[in-house]
Order: sequence, then structure tokens, then C-alpha cells
Amino acid sequence: MVSEKIEAPILTGSITVPKIKENASIDQKCHHAAEKHMEKLGFPGVKPVDWKEKALKKMKELLKKYRSLKVYLDTCVRCGSCADKCHYFLGTGDPKNMPVARQELFRKIYKRYFTVEGKVLGGLTNAEDLTEEVLEEWYTYFHQCSQCRRCSVFCPYGIDTAEISMAAREIMDSIGVGQKYCNEVLGKVYDLGNNLGMPGPALRNTLDFFEEDIQETTGVDVKLPLDVVGAEVLLVSPSADFFSAPHVDSLVGYAKIFHKAGISWTLSSYASEFANFGMFIGSYAVMKKVATRILDEARRLKVKRLIVGECGHAWRVGYSFWNTLIGPLDFLDPKYPIPQHICEFSLDLVNSGAVKFDKSANDEFTVTYHDSCNVARATRMGDKPGGQFEIPRALIRACCNKFVDMPDDVNREKTFCCGGGGGLLTEEIMDLRVKGTQPKAQALKDLMESHQVNLMVMICAICKAHFSHVLPHYGIPMETVGGVHQLINNAIVL
Amino acid sequence: MNIIAYIAVVIFIVGFICKVRVWTKVPAPLKIVTTPAPITYPGVILRMASEVFLFRSLFRGNKLLWLGGWIFHISLLFIVLRHLRYFFYPVPAWIMSLQTIGIYAGYIILLPLIYLLLRRWTVEINSYISNAMDYFTLFLIIGIAFTGILMKQYIRVDLVDVKAFMLGLLTLHPTISPGDILFLVHFLLVLFLILYFPFSKLMHAGGIFFSPTRNQRDNAREIRHITPWSNI
Ligand code: SF4
Ligand code: SF4
Repeated sequence: MVSEKIEAPILTGSITVPKIKENASIDQKCHHAAEKHMEKLGFPGVKPVDWKEKALKKMKELLKKYRSLKVYLDTCVRCGSCADKCHYFLGTGDPKNMPVARQELFRKIYKRYFTVEGKVLGGLTNAEDLTEEVLEEWYTYFHQCSQCRRCSVFCPYGIDTAEISMAAREIMDSIGVGQKYCNEVLGKVYDLGNNLGMPGPALRNTLDFFEEDIQETTGVDVKLPLDVVGAEVLLVSPSADFFSAPHVDSLVGYAKIFHKAGISWTLSSYASEFANFGMFIGSYAVMKKVATRILDEARRLKVKRLIVGECGHAWRVGYSFWNTLIGPLDFLDPKYPIPQHICEFSLDLVNSGAVKFDKSANDEFTVTYHDSCNVARATRMGDKPGGQFEIPRALIRACCNKFVDMPDDVNREKTFCCGGGGGLLTEEIMDLRVKGTQPKAQALKDLMESHQVNLMVMICAICKAHFSHVLPHYGIPMETVGGVHQLINNAIVL
Repeated sequence: MNIIAYIAVVIFIVGFICKVRVWTKVPAPLKIVTTPAPITYPGVILRMASEVFLFRSLFRGNKLLWLGGWIFHISLLFIVLRHLRYFFYPVPAWIMSLQTIGIYAGYIILLPLIYLLLRRWTVEINSYISNAMDYFTLFLIIGIAFTGILMKQYIRVDLVDVKAFMLGLLTLHPTISPGDILFLVHFLLVLFLILYFPFSKLMHAGGIFFSPTRNQRDNAREIRHITPWSNI
């Protein structure tokens, strides 16, 4: 197992810029996708002999399709404002994890083949030939970017390294060099509708189990409906909500709030996944295909509203991309946002008085909130900018007595990635993931010591999975990780 | 000299326009604005203005670098404005009124330039990311500033000659260039800078306006964002 190699950095009490350690994380390489997983997504199964030409051709195509890519490659001045903002650099010290250096891996090839200055001045502009070594470097370091966009916040031109790593991954996929974790998961969605590869009957069993459990603990008959045609709401939630701790507690929270609100709702076995890893691999086509399942199901079930569960990157896809990818979703009720986040939905009910909480049910917790990167920097909730920060916090405050916010430099749009986003939630790079968690772990540890915080809630399935796995390396118990609707689950008066 | 000047200017203009044209033509298929972001156009204009004039994001990223970068750019602005006097006859009053501040800016600009250079040299992460052309650009601008200061302060050149020459260039009635070496070096460095401009990171001056993470509105749910190829 890889686990022996994991060393959690020591928390020093502050988030500091490390000394550069060349190749410090070069051994943290994601497994390659197998032939069948590549082909399932429409990519070549193996690397062709003329891979170089094909890669450059793809690059040329993308440069004509994405303004972000083109402008960002042309515009960076290497000022270094982003350099110390990436959690993977802060955690590993590997200089290629500085966002600007990560971009340079791409930019040097772009310069060499697509710019006058690169062709004329060559190495002086850092231009470099595309070789096997470069491809290796690409594979390694573009899979050490969680596409969290923190670098973009601090760049004077808004250069978003995530756009570049998405393009790089798409190019690599187009020459048969794909990443196992994402592509395998996407294959399962193609086949069965969710990342876990869980078929409909298994899902029904799980939901039955939750219903019994709620019945036992509360005495109330709360339903978790599946595939109900004509329900008012289709709830699409990350499939981790059906299976993993602490995710399930939030799922039960959603169920209770629907029950209390008296709004008919349903889950779907065909569209049983909110996550959309098509974004991680930078593929518009795959992303669209995955999203289309949800469109089809919303039509088939004749629902009027689309509400989505706690998942960060998927909220980005839902909020920012669905309208483009599968819109216009004009058969849904225009009185409500399309899609609507479960937090928006729940807070409306709280504000209208339709649900009530017994805050003391959460008294054992002093709660803090982790802003997940995609929610914070790529979406909104409500109708005002920054609603993505205020709405979850308002919900938390409504259902618990003790809430402490994170310090400014790691909060809201300056939040750090958990360390496992962007398609990196895979075991073989555990050492990298642990190190990437350092900044947020530091902030949490401080709050645990200064304010006795013992629960950090969030609205992202990946954050939850990653943190519960990794925080123990920092001596923080996994139970410290929770979901916002988990608090609701505890406190709602049924 | 006249020919060189015209070539440099033409390359600058054509190069700049070509690049901007490409940026305009390449679509931004998805909403990727960095949030929290404005929802309306006036909001976007405000956001862009805060970036262009105040370097807001850089300020959040690195205060010292912000100070250096901002002083550099504002000085540069005044220097360029001051130099407009060589292109007008008679010189408009507002340009005349900027002469003193422009001259000061000419000295001040050396400070941020040297800071930026030292920063690349001495700070580990910055030296790692700097390439030859990054240094070259800085040296080029330092050279321009330096020869400019020399002319102003120590080795006076015949400004009447210079002005006649510049006006000649501008009105497409080129005259013989002044023979003063210092002026020629200064002028050639500037020409080189503008010639190099469209092929370099200096294009950030235009690129910033095309950055989708900054210039988009945050209204993905309200208005369907589509571009020709994305609606497949
Ligand atoms: S902050 Fe922006 S311009 Fe500066 S080095 Fe990073 S990507 Fe380049
Ligand atoms: S997007 Fe996030 S992970 Fe990627 S380079 Fe930027 S800060 Fe690092």
C-alpha cells in the first residue's frame, strides 16, 4: 500500500511559504486509465505513435474554442502573485505546484508551436519541444491541480490555472493518456447513472434502510421516494450521500426538510448522481452527456422543480453550466431558481417559518464552516453576490447555538481547497492530498484550540470524503467533518 | 531611422490588432466568472475598473508587489503623457500642465523597476518562475528610463531638433533624425519595446479586458449563455 509513504506536514501554527524543493511531489502520480475506460468515454484506448501531432492538433483546436485558455496563455506576466496561493505548493514545496509554474508547463509548449516569439526566440521565452518527458510532467502536475481557482482570485488578470489544467487533461485524454479515477467513475455514470456504480434496486434498499432508521429514532414516517412520476421536486444529490459517512446524515436532513415542508419530492435511480467529473477532465462533451441524464429524468418524471444536494463541483456545473449545456430548462416552474441549491430551499423554509429547529439538539457542537472552492469561487446562491457564503451560514446559525467563522485569509473566496478536489480523490496520491490539506488543517486546528470547535460542516461531497480520510493524519478526528444538512437533521422539529 | 520607426510602429499596431482580434473571435463557451461577481454590466465595469486602475486582485495577493507594480504603471502613464508634447504643435495646455509631474515620474519609475528586478533575482519563488525575457523586458525599460534621465539631467539634447523630427514622423514628412547618440539610443530602445510588445507578455495590457473570469456577469441561471460551438 502507498500509505507508508504518507507524511503529514507538521502544523507550525501559521500558513507559510515553503522553501522550494525540486521534484518534491514528482512521485505522486495518478494511475492511468485502462483501455476500456478510455474507450467508453470516446477516447483512444492507447497512445498512438503519432501522439505528438495529435496532441498539438488538439491544442490548436482548444485554442480556438476557449478564450480563457488563449488569453491566459498570452497574458501571464509571471508576477508571482499566485505563486504562494496554491495549497499543493504550500504543502509540498514542489515548485511545479506554483500555479504560474503549472501554467508554464503548458505555456512552454504553446509558445514553441503557436507563437512567433517562441519560434524565433525559443528557450529565451521558455519555449520547449513536446517530448515524452514533457508529457510525463504534464500528467503528473496537471493531476496535482484540484482546479480550485484560488490562484485566479489573486491574479491581476484573473488567470485561472484550472482552465489550463482542464485543457491539458483534455489533450491528454485525446491521445489515450487518461486518469484512472475520473474516467472509471465516468464510465459508471454512463452505465448506471452514478459514480458508485450502484444499480436502482440497491439504491431502493438503502433508502428503505434510512426510512426505517428515521422511524426508529424519531417515530415519524419520513419517506425517501425514488422514481416517483409527477413529484413536484426532483432532488439530485451526489451519490456519496447514499453511502458514505458523514454524507448520509445530510441526505436524511434533506428528507426531513421535504417531509416537514410537505412538498412532494423524488430521487431518481437513472439520474442518481449530481457529481459531474466531465468538468474535471475538461471535456465539454462528457460533461454534457452526464448532465443530460438529469434533463431526461426531470422530463420523464414530470417534475416542476430541480433541487440539488450538497456537492461543490457539481453545484458549479449545475449553477454555471447546466443552462448552457442542457438548457433552457423552461419546462420547470420559473418561480424558482433552476437549479435550486438545497441550502437556498431550506433557508427559504426557515425564513417563512415552515420549519422550526431545536437548536439545543446541536449543543454538543461548536461549529465552523468550510467554504468549498467551487461553491465559493464559481457559483452563487440567492440573488446577491456572496449569497453562496451567507446562505449556508444563515442556515447553520438557524440550527445551532455555537458557530465560529474561519479567519479571513482562509475563508469565503479565499478559502483553501480541502486537498482532494478536481478529480484527485484517489488513494495513490494520498501523500499529496494530505500535504495539500495543510493550510485548511492549520486553520481548523487553530479554531479547535482557541474556540473548542469540534465540528466543521461543509456542502461538498468531495470535501467531506477527503477531510474525513485525511484529517486524522493531523490528529483531528474524522467525526469533526460534517454536512450543513446534518445539523438540520439533528435539530429539525418534526 | 525613419524606416525603423515606421516598421516598429506598424508591427506594433498590426500585431496588437491581430492578437486582440483573435481574442475577440475565440468564444468563451461557459460561464467561468470568479465569484463573488457582479450580476449587472455596470457592476462588471466597476469590477474591471478596479482591476485596471487599482490592481485590486494584485492588492489582495501581494501588497508590496502591488505597491511596486502600481507606482511603476502610474509613473509610466505620466511619463507617456508628458512625452506627448513632442507630438503636438502647439502643445495643448493639459499636456504642458503635466510636465513637472511627468519629469518626477521619470525619476521615480526607477525605484519600482529596481524593486521588480531585485525581486526576480532574490526571492526564491520569483527567481524560479522568471525567464530570460522577463529580465530582458525589465532591462529594456530600465535602459529607456536611464537614457531618458541622462538626457534630461546631464547631457542635454537639442529638443527643437527632436521635436521637428517627431512631428515629421507623425505627419509622414520624415526629416533627418537628430544626430545625438543619447537620443538615438533612447529612441531605438523605445522602438524595440513597441516592436516587441505584441509578441510578449506586455500584451497583458489588452488581455485583462478579455479575461472571462473577470469580465463576465454572474447570471448563469437567469440568462442562458451560449456560443456558436457550445450549443451542439
Ligand atoms: S498572478 Fe497571474 S500574471 Fe501573475 S504569475 Fe500568476 S498567473 Fe501570471
Ligand atoms: S487551481 Fe487550485 S490547485 Fe490548481 S494551481 Fe490554482 S490554486 Fe493550485
